[in-house]
Amino acid sequence: MDFLIDKEHALLQTMLRDFAEAEVKPLAKEVDESERFPTETVAKMARFGMLGMPFPKELGGAGGDNLGYIMAVEAMSKVCGTTGVILSAHTSLCAAPIYEFGTPEQKAKYLPPLARGEKLGAFGLTEPNAGTDAAGQQTTAELKGDHYLLNGSKLFITNAGYADVYIIFAMTDKSKGTKGISAFIVEKEMPGFSIGKKEEKMGIRGSSTCELIFENVKVPVGNLLGAEGKGFGIAMKTLDGGRIGIAAQALGLAQGAIDETVAYVKERRQFGKTIGQFQNTQFQLADMQAKTDAARLLVYRAACCKDAKLPYSVEAATAKLFASETAMEVTTKAVQLHGGYGYTREYPVERMMRDAKITEIYEGTSEVQRMVISANMLK
Amino acid sequence: MNIVVCMKQVPDTTEVKIDPVTGTLIREGIPSIINPDDKGGLEAALALKDELGAKVTVLSMGPPQADLALREALAMGADEAVLLSDRAFGGADTWATSTTIAAALRKLGFDLIVCGRQAIDGDTAQVGPQIAEHLGLPHVSYVSELEATEGAVTVKRVFEDGYQRIKVKLPCLLTALKDMNKPRYMSVAGIFDAYKREVKVWGLADIEVDQDNIGLKGSPTRVKKSFTKGVKSAGKVYEVDAKEGARIIVEALKEKYVI
Repeated sequence: MDFLIDKEHALLQTMLRDFAEAEVKPLAKEVDESERFPTETVAKMARFGMLGMPFPKELGGAGGDNLGYIMAVEAMSKVCGTTGVILSAHTSLCAAPIYEFGTPEQKAKYLPPLARGEKLGAFGLTEPNAGTDAAGQQTTAELKGDHYLLNGSKLFITNAGYADVYIIFAMTDKSKGTKGISAFIVEKEMPGFSIGKKEEKMGIRGSSTCELIFENVKVPVGNLLGAEGKGFGIAMKTLDGGRIGIAAQALGLAQGAIDETVAYVKERRQFGKTIGQFQNTQFQLADMQAKTDAARLLVYRAACCKDAKLPYSVEAATAKLFASETAMEVTTKAVQLHGGYGYTREYPVERMMRDAKITEIYEGTSEVQRMVISANMLK
Repeated sequence: MNIVVCMKQVPDTTEVKIDPVTGTLIREGIPSIINPDDKGGLEAALALKDELGAKVTVLSMGPPQADLALREALAMGADEAVLLSDRAFGGADTWATSTTIAAALRKLGFDLIVCGRQAIDGDTAQVGPQIAEHLGLPHVSYVSELEATEGAVTVKRVFEDGYQRIKVKLPCLLTALKDMNKPRYMSVAGIFDAYKREVKVWGLADIEVDQDNIGLKGSPTRVKKSFTKGVKSAGKVYEVDAKEGARIIVEALKEKYVI
């Protein structure tokens, strides 16, 4: 058993830290306040190979692994939750299912531009009436010779509008329930595909979250991802991977809030000493760091399981449950330790607290993670 | 074009600790980085590689841990890496260091050698120019801009109050300033490759060098004494108007018999 980070991942962490500090952190406040999608950051991440980290070089990737990729999500989220989710949704929810379920032709066509970051990816499963109950899909795909006719809408889609490639789930046979769901690779330019209302959110405000609308979109048969009727399984497996990304986002937010708080309590003076000299502060910080370290081990374990091609569904659910709830708790404590200043936008901890909340909700709520974990225990 | 970039791994801190007995630096426990001026030189070399297709070799002399700095250079885009590491090289001053590095450069071959202006742990700015002297090469120091032309390079050499634009024939040696560019990040693909690639480690047996001029015994410099800068007592802050401020200053100076 090895809990130590090897040399190449240690080297990667120095690069990620330097990049996040210099390129991402300076924009975080503005991106949040103006709800602006940081296109320039996406271009920079692409330039240094961060948008195709776990994929082989032959397919345009960096030839890295999932551990390295989630370290990147963690490092970006430590300074900007928005950037973390852009990276996670692109990699885990779009490029990964094409890599894992795509035909050689689909991989050759779609993966290299996604992995090189020339194109951005997104994933559309959620609908107004199909959230946690993903089987309630209303979007339909009807086979018409050499193409499917896609009709319906999707809700709360991360990277919507900025993404070029979308993994979309639709009913190909409504009578079969979850076995009637199929997955498709849909391109932004396909006629009849449009972007609907943009959500106004509590946190991760720089990330684009919109509705997708499909009106008689002709999707070529060659863009069916996996076999017809296998979409539900693809969605669930994709979300297993996505959860590790979101867990890493939560982990980054927690550590980022701790780092800000440590710096603050060394400076802020009350009653003639720094507030870091009070035992209450020290004990709070210790609890925050202990939980965050525990979350980190769970998140890294899930990523290592995926890299080792071992089952990782339960590990991903455990990591996401614990990391997201830790992020919420730690960021809340960080605001508390900052006192009145923590509640203002002058300090980044209130943003981190707002950003943390979504990690308990998207890509499977905490309740869903508990279902996954306990179902495995009681089977 | 064959470019060799000479780099030093240095401690990344202003609080460098010095062994009071030997007067040498204690490196343990302090994070190490590529010396900033050297990194600027590496970036300049990599930019020439992007533009003209040069081969960039990084060369460093240091303990085995200096391997990390070379891996970083490989991940940034360098083609080859050589680490000069041998107990016989240890304790070298600038003379012995430049003698050793020059011997390695003779073995490597080069069209252009790029060094950093000076290392943040020693600040001598001697090693680069000394290497050039050992090799009988022209050198230009304090380079802030670099442009390659046919068989030559044109550089901007900066001073505090002006600059020179110099065209120098290859082969030559330049010493670079960190401000000349913004070094690129390592690429993710480069990082995942860095430990799969070879860092050649050359010891005394691998280079042809006069053994009387290397290592501690080949170093003419003798450190008589090293000491940490003394701590000044904390000042006092008065929040008063200018007139009262002047009165307090005059009084304090009188008290110390300055005036």
